[in-house]
Amino acid sequence: MKRFKTTKGLIGIVLLLVILLVAILGPMVIPPDAATAMDMRARRAPPSLTHFFGTDQLGRDMFYRVILGTRTSLEIAVSAVVMSIVLGLPLGLISGYLGGLIDNVLMRLVDTLLAFPALLLALTISAVLGPNIQNTIIAIGVAFTPYLARIIRGEALRVAQMPYVEAARSSGTTDIMIMWRHVLPNIMPAVIVQSTISLAFAILAEAGLSFLGLGTQPPAASWGLMIQASRDQLDIAPWTALVPGMAVALTVLGLNMFGDVLRDILDPRAK
Amino acid sequence: MKDIVTVDHLRVEFSTDDGPVIGVKDVSFAIAPGETLCVVGESGSGKSVTSLSLMRLVEFGGGTITNGALNFVRMDGTTLDVAAASPQVMGAVRGNEIGMIFQEPMTALNPVFTIERQLTDGLMLHKGLSQEAATARALDLLKSVRIPEPERRLKQYPHELSGGMRQRVVIAIAIAMACEPKLLIADEPTTALDVTIQAEILALINRLKRENGMAVLFITHDMAVVAQMADRVVVMRHGSIVETGTVQQIFENPQEDYTKALLAAVPKLGEMKGKAAPERMRLIGDEAARAAQTAPKPRKPQVLLQVKNLTTRFPVKGGILRRTVAQVHAVEDVSFTLNVGETLALVGESGCGKSSCGRSILRLIEPTSGEVWIGGRDIGALNRQDLRRARADMQMVFQDPFASLNPYRRLKDQVAEPIQNFGLASGAELRDWVLQLFDRVRLPREFMNRFPHELSGGQRQRVAIARALAVNPKLIVADEAVSALDVSVQAQVLNLMMELQEDLGLSYLFISHDMAVVERVAHHVGVMYLGRIVEIGPRGSVFDNPSHPYTKSLLSAVPIADPSKRRFAEDLAFKPISSPIFPLDHRPALSVYTEVAPGHHVLQA
Repeated sequence: MKRFKTTKGLIGIVLLLVILLVAILGPMVIPPDAATAMDMRARRAPPSLTHFFGTDQLGRDMFYRVILGTRTSLEIAVSAVVMSIVLGLPLGLISGYLGGLIDNVLMRLVDTLLAFPALLLALTISAVLGPNIQNTIIAIGVAFTPYLARIIRGEALRVAQMPYVEAARSSGTTDIMIMWRHVLPNIMPAVIVQSTISLAFAILAEAGLSFLGLGTQPPAASWGLMIQASRDQLDIAPWTALVPGMAVALTVLGLNMFGDVLRDILDPRAK
Repeated sequence: MKDIVTVDHLRVEFSTDDGPVIGVKDVSFAIAPGETLCVVGESGSGKSVTSLSLMRLVEFGGGTITNGALNFVRMDGTTLDVAAASPQVMGAVRGNEIGMIFQEPMTALNPVFTIERQLTDGLMLHKGLSQEAATARALDLLKSVRIPEPERRLKQYPHELSGGMRQRVVIAIAIAMACEPKLLIADEPTTALDVTIQAEILALINRLKRENGMAVLFITHDMAVVAQMADRVVVMRHGSIVETGTVQQIFENPQEDYTKALLAAVPKLGEMKGKAAPERMRLIGDEAARAAQTAPKPRKPQVLLQVKNLTTRFPVKGGILRRTVAQVHAVEDVSFTLNVGETLALVGESGCGKSSCGRSILRLIEPTSGEVWIGGRDIGALNRQDLRRARADMQMVFQDPFASLNPYRRLKDQVAEPIQNFGLASGAELRDWVLQLFDRVRLPREFMNRFPHELSGGQRQRVAIARALAVNPKLIVADEAVSALDVSVQAQVLNLMMELQEDLGLSYLFISHDMAVVERVAHHVGVMYLGRIVEIGPRGSVFDNPSHPYTKSLLSAVPIADPSKRRFAEDLAFKPISSPIFPLDHRPALSVYTEVAPGHHVLQA
């Protein structure tokens, strides 16, 4: 656990803990109506003692909205990325390790999905399934799967050629056990790095879907929705974009730092 | 004559996250013009750091020269302290007055430039030559390193040249910048090369030294190369000098225990003459183990492995449709038998098909045709399930102990894996089994819970052997199993392997490029060339009476760890190995052998 004691690891963990606490406890702690109550006299009020982060175009308090949005944004992003791992990991692993015909078939499938921009794909899925949080998760998760599968396949292909895999095969280990014991642990670093990056993109993808009316539905709050709502008032009320933007940035920063440290912890060589 | 280089109390430190690490503790030596100084030591001894310090390249690797002077006499006769020189001065000295050759000839050349470009760029930049003059000079340089067909080579790319020719180009570049560099630093210049190519390069360095009066600083781990090349020797260990002396003193009358141990661990080609059975190495401090070696039990020869007409070809794909356009004939009509409790060594240079042969026997790659019988069972005819079960009888030890163990798994789990695969034991029984295996290969039991990176190369190879032994196999294919190890460690692992053979009656298929090691361990030797066995027979017969021209040239290229038997005075040019790639309709002739002595067969031309 020595690695946690590096400054980077400490910052990452503290950041993530704070964000998680906000996501879990935030909605219970803040006054029930605080995030949705409109105050038409105080529209686009700059940050002050009454409104820490100012208010938006409907006079809603940004501080409360960011707190409320944390849970929605994280919930969607984390679930979507977990889903893309659940789908993409076995796909890439089998494809890269077994190779041959199976690899060809699976990868042409993945290539077909890759031919569409991820957001367009998510948009289509979301439009077909209908706009709600659950479908947003499915849409983003499926749209991100081909990218993850591609990266995992590349790694699995590399690991499958390592002598320890050949050694395992020559001592009678079955393909399934080789994938489980030898290939999977050795591709985890790449999976972790890719997942932390995907999380950041998933938060933004949710924003894009919300902007088009397919993601989070008002009056619920999410960071993406808030950023999108700020687009036509950047010149007069820049804080409406900056506050949720900072929330996204800090989350991504925390995730990246934590991801790096997690990768080092899992690597026995780094201890 | 005045020394060209004087190194005085050199100390180099590397800064790491865990504080400074000492690369070189305290090293002093001097080199006179026209002299070859060999710095020899095992990995981590600081020999490369010393040579990099002389070029001030050590800083690019994060090192700092914290003490000492490195005095170098420049072209104009002034003395320069390299340790204190400015980067500008070093830029003028590096490559210009001190030439350097690195270990890996492929990575030292840029793959996207022609040989001409690699040579002329530097000439035009540093020497201000015109394009024509630079090309003419480049041609001269290629001629001076004796590359065949130099005009054609200028237009070729590095991948079109053999390893030996590449290294010649690197040497040409090293001497290109100056008419005659005063000092040539060669850092393991032949380690990555085949033995015939090594012989050529060593002869070339000797000739350049003689003709130009260069001083040579030669870094190597190979005592046999030292014996062939050195005028004086510096033995290094843990960043300090253990012993210095002329090559005769070091080899004939070593003073320090470490030097003695190092020399004892080197197998010398020819020292097994007249001995019937393999013999363990005489290691200093290991006399007890040797005394325990019993005379080999007279065993009735019993065939374990029989290989008949084994052929393995790989497709070469080309064109837009990725159709098979040609075939690599990796293994071509190979037949041999291996008896229970004996070792058959397959020797040959890189690309001769010896590894493919071993893998085809285990069906790690599928052979194209031929039969493999182990203990009366036809391995080639088994289905997937039966093959998996049959693998318990045949195990493999790989070359690179760093890559053949999974970095993410504890050692006990890796050793236990074959046992679990065959459901032979579990729980406490499994634990005891693994414990015994660790004892068997003489690894401390507390290593069981460790990860591979916590062990040295030799210890890892012991783990790999323990894993191979786990399911009591009859046959172990050892593919260059000791090649990546330091010489003292190599000797210990070889002794362990021989001991296991005596105790357990194992048969080894010992794949190696090292003739001296093969002479130590093998009962029978098969020499491979272009996928075929060109000569096979009892070890003594093949080594004493090599009958195929290729075996003869191979044996003549092996450096001998004895300075009184020098062989590389003259320029050598061995025939390069031709390509094993043939068109699809190529029908190779069958291998027909002549018996020159009992059991000693030679391929008919």
